[in-house]
Amino acid sequence: MRERIRVGSDLDGSGRFPGGFTAPRTSSFADFLASYAPDLLPGRMAPRAAHTPAAGAEGLPWAPGAPGAGGVPPELPHATTIVTAVCEGGVIIAGDRRATAGNMISKRDVDKVFRSDEFSAMGIAGVASIGLEFARLFQVELEHYEKMEGRSLSLEGKANRLATMVRGNIGAAMQGLAVVPLFVGYDEDTGIGRMFSYDVAGGPYEEHRFHSIGSGSLFARGALKKLYRDNMPVRDAVTACVQALYDAADDDSATGGPDLTRSIFPVIAVVTADGFSKLSDAEAQEYATAVVNERMSSPDGPSAPVNAP
Amino acid sequence: MPFYVSPEQVMKDKADYAQKGIARGRSGVVIQYAGGILFVAPNASRALHKISEIYDRIAFAAVGRYNEYESLRKLGVTYADITGYQFDRRDVTARGIANWYAQQLGTAFIESSKPPEIEIIVAEAGETADNDQIYRIRFDGSVTDEHGFAAMGGQADQVATALKERFSDAMSLTEALAAALAALAAPGNGERPDMSASQLEVAVLDRDRPHRTFRRIQGTRLEELLGQTSTGTTASESQPEPGTSANPDEE
Repeated sequence: MRERIRVGSDLDGSGRFPGGFTAPRTSSFADFLASYAPDLLPGRMAPRAAHTPAAGAEGLPWAPGAPGAGGVPPELPHATTIVTAVCEGGVIIAGDRRATAGNMISKRDVDKVFRSDEFSAMGIAGVASIGLEFARLFQVELEHYEKMEGRSLSLEGKANRLATMVRGNIGAAMQGLAVVPLFVGYDEDTGIGRMFSYDVAGGPYEEHRFHSIGSGSLFARGALKKLYRDNMPVRDAVTACVQALYDAADDDSATGGPDLTRSIFPVIAVVTADGFSKLSDAEAQEYATAVVNERMSSPDGPSAPVNAP
Repeated sequence: MPFYVSPEQVMKDKADYAQKGIARGRSGVVIQYAGGILFVAPNASRALHKISEIYDRIAFAAVGRYNEYESLRKLGVTYADITGYQFDRRDVTARGIANWYAQQLGTAFIESSKPPEIEIIVAEAGETADNDQIYRIRFDGSVTDEHGFAAMGGQADQVATALKERFSDAMSLTEALAAALAALAAPGNGERPDMSASQLEVAVLDRDRPHRTFRRIQGTRLEELLGQTSTGTTASESQPEPGTSANPDEE
């Protein structure tokens, strides 16, 4: 087991500057945390000295015999449907606002869509608290790399780093603390928006046109299948995503629809050549209200022709 | 090897060695202006930077041996990111980082047989000019809290005196740059060294930028600004030019 090196200690002998961190050998913040402070990584707990996990299994958060080991984890809030769609000049990512713990709505206004850096964003589905940690860690990971190296990672590089982080959480995922992200970015080299999905063991899988994750994803994908057109302008793509989230909320109890009484609307973000931009509350309200008003007369939403044109 | 060398002698030798090394190089200048903090250093290299971002509102500038301050820069960035991650982004302060650098340099100066030949400035752009902070950390770990401007390396005292003559509160960016360039030229005894865009490294902490305030000024943007300094115009230097991104290393 590697020793944890504390700031200000006199014990460091390998760096030129004793007392403090060893000179970082990697520009990856997550890798640095793994050696310096592994308990800060999402889903990890400090390993117990008395119950050393099996060789190499540094991901297991619970030692045998600890409370909760092998049993059902406590009811943790889960976050749900995220939809993404490639549009003209970029990509949209939108998420609903509900977090459920069992049959209770634990939070009505969760933000599940996060800016990762200037040209990328991610949404999370699964245990909400670990998802938040993922998002935060990933933001620092990308920024850290950029500061250390003096350049941003390529979009594939970012997608791969996220895959490694997700894989690092697999121990916790097997114990019930599963989180899965959906990553989108604007690729500056090709000038298009791209999407990457993951499973609990990592990834990434590049997705095309549109995608959705979470408990309501099946319904959202069904809706987008009929609503999506290639090269939609941003406005249309956002509307399609809001329609898809509405349909997901309509059929999945764990997904929340627009709450007009409290003015809680889906979080919608657009990533284009101009960078990441989250729609303001007023803009989100505009889209959501338009969709709801339309549903007053056709509750199942816009219908698609039976035959393709 | 002598049997015994007095500690004063050892320290004095180390200090002389370090100071000579630092004085051999070119100076670097940090100067406050209305919109934030400006960093100027002569640097012909496009790959090796003397001035870098540490955190949202904090930047790092150094003179001396590149490999020594570069590793300190990376450690500083790691320290800042870890602090910001463990606690919150607002909990990362220039004061904390300057103290930490002082510890590192102090220990290295005492324990290492070759003292570090570097001088560092850590600066933070506050929400207002009153909250700006500039810290200068010297080769032996001593820290000074500077106000308004600071010079390091080379003939630092001469440059600092020249800066003091030209500094005033709430200067514009072009005025601040003009002051910095004039001060850097001061030790030259009249002969003005090459201060073209390709020989300078310039960066700012722009206090009004959201999130990450550090921004390099290079390429056409720097040439424009240098042109304005010599003609004395103060055109829209605070307007972002079309096509720039928040990436500090974008041209």
